[in-house]
Amino acid sequence: MAIKPVAIAAYTVTNALGRGMTASLAALRQRASGLRRCDFEDCAIDTWIGRVAGLEQEALRGPFAAFDCRNNRLARLALEQDGFAAAVRDARARYGAERIGVFIGSSTSGIRSTEIAYRDRDPASGRLPATFDYRHTHNLFSAAELTRRWLDLHGVAFTISTACSSSAKAFAAAWRHLQAGFCDAAVVGGVDSLCLTILYGFHALGLASSQMCRPWDAQRDGLNLGEGAGFALLEWAKPGDDRAQLLGYGESSDAWHMTAAHPEGVGAAQAMRDALARAELNPGQVDYINLHGTATRLNDAAEDRAVLTVFGPDTPCSSTKGWTGHTLGAAGVTEALFAILSLEHGFMPGTLNTRQRDPALGAGLLLDSQERPVRVALSNSFGFGGTNCCLLFGHPHAAATRSRPS
Amino acid sequence: MSALFVEGVSILAPGLIGWNASRAVLTGERPYHAAALPPLAANLLPANERRRVTALVKLALHLAQEAVAMADCDPRTVCTVFASSGGDSEVLDQICAALTLPDRPVSPTYFHQSVHNTPAGYWAIATGCARASTSLSAYDGSVAAGLLEAAALALTEATPVLLVACDLPPPFPLLEHRPLTAPFGMALLLNPTATAPRLATLQVRPVGHRAPTTLADPDLEALRRGNPAARALPLLQTIACATSGRIILADEGEIAVNVDIEP
Repeated sequence: MAIKPVAIAAYTVTNALGRGMTASLAALRQRASGLRRCDFEDCAIDTWIGRVAGLEQEALRGPFAAFDCRNNRLARLALEQDGFAAAVRDARARYGAERIGVFIGSSTSGIRSTEIAYRDRDPASGRLPATFDYRHTHNLFSAAELTRRWLDLHGVAFTISTACSSSAKAFAAAWRHLQAGFCDAAVVGGVDSLCLTILYGFHALGLASSQMCRPWDAQRDGLNLGEGAGFALLEWAKPGDDRAQLLGYGESSDAWHMTAAHPEGVGAAQAMRDALARAELNPGQVDYINLHGTATRLNDAAEDRAVLTVFGPDTPCSSTKGWTGHTLGAAGVTEALFAILSLEHGFMPGTLNTRQRDPALGAGLLLDSQERPVRVALSNSFGFGGTNCCLLFGHPHAAATRSRPS
Repeated sequence: MSALFVEGVSILAPGLIGWNASRAVLTGERPYHAAALPPLAANLLPANERRRVTALVKLALHLAQEAVAMADCDPRTVCTVFASSGGDSEVLDQICAALTLPDRPVSPTYFHQSVHNTPAGYWAIATGCARASTSLSAYDGSVAAGLLEAAALALTEATPVLLVACDLPPPFPLLEHRPLTAPFGMALLLNPTATAPRLATLQVRPVGHRAPTTLADPDLEALRRGNPAARALPLLQTIACATSGRIILADEGEIAVNVDIEP
């Protein structure tokens, strides 16, 4: 039997394309990238970044002052777009604050605060400044704690941190907690912000491209880092529900290498198959795949193998990293919501910056956007440590096409 | 609510070296004496990987291995949840220090290991387990959150789940801002269907704000409060005593989890 679908009751994203869903949708339609030459603080790396404008002016104040850091500013800013916080307030009135879970993905949380504290160490003693607040900024839970306190929720809350699959896995965890009866609704999301750790870290690995990232391109040579936040409010779908729904999810581990994806994409393919199995859908019923598509040589090749294995060459797919950059722990929710945009607007974004498809890759990559009804969309997220997560979303009018158990 | 059978358990902390050696301390038959942790070897990993891994990874792998061995199950069939409040602060300290130097020479090896799911990745490589794995943090409530996620995974997917919770005191200068007093780690192998002799049966559910269950022994209570992973001690004590009981895992401002335990 297919798993019980969960409705996406409200959602929002903020990233280099701007604040809220409208900014992202407009940029996707207009093929307007949010990438710019790296101008993050005094970072001297020749690369492009997807930076959220204006975070410097968004300090957290009053009872939230302890949480003030780039990552939590971004989270708070995103929570206030698209009426999201108001939708959660309504849900709180219906379900009760203790019955709404918070599942947030983040890879590095507010590590920028610790970077700054190390920079400002006392030269004699080596101690960090007394003003450094580890708990409310750097600790991974800070992202979930800020979200929970901003929304005044008192249920289950934790931060999932599995590198670049973090906020995709938040959807899977939320489904499980709903199913186990640990909560009645869930705020899922992800937030990651630019910091020197990831910029210099990916630079050290030779993976930060000096050009705008070109997923699936024959000349691709690496990724661009970005920052972003996205949130969704989940509740059980009702009969006749007319909202986008989470139909399935799949998770797996490569069990292969800490940073290199399995060359055949075995774990990625398993995650896609598991998502289809939970939804009781056949590969042919998926209309659009939002790829992880980071634009590194090896990741795109591995994902291509996995997509070909499960779907063959005909399912339209694209990577939206050329718009936002790779937002790491926020990529899962960002691209899940882009998949939902494709359902709601009948619009499949192409793949920005990619000029010549790598002839060695065979998936059905869209270079140009297409306006076409999308009933079922899939979103891939993979990360360091060999972590894979795949999410499958549908719109209710896709229900008639869903296969029946034989 | 559905029951979870505890088919494997492990513990590693000063004076609590492995489950069998620790049981008499947890039941109160022997007094608790903190003693330094022995060096851990990460024998599960191939030699080239073993050289690189940090103390936190070694601790996590050791705990996982002991719990799986006790349950006598195939690790490739087991989903995993790794709960750690702060993750690998040794790695984060190295990276943040490197970022203060000219040209910011972040070590690729450290950057590889900077993600919170590094122990999960190494466990998968060591055992060949390709199943779902969650790595999470909930600050001082990380054990409680890990137990909920493990229970949710086990019950909804009808699968055995290995929960590993561990934290190490961070190095100076982070230690002053996150003053953990001792290393601590524990693991539980939870199965929604009984397949091996069980140590206990658990029922787990979140509850509203509650005071946590504490320990009578002042030294063990100090350990419980001194490391987020050690918040599991009252649960481990009840399992060791093979008695029925109700444990609240809670910390101020975070989730409270009610655990009902039967032998």
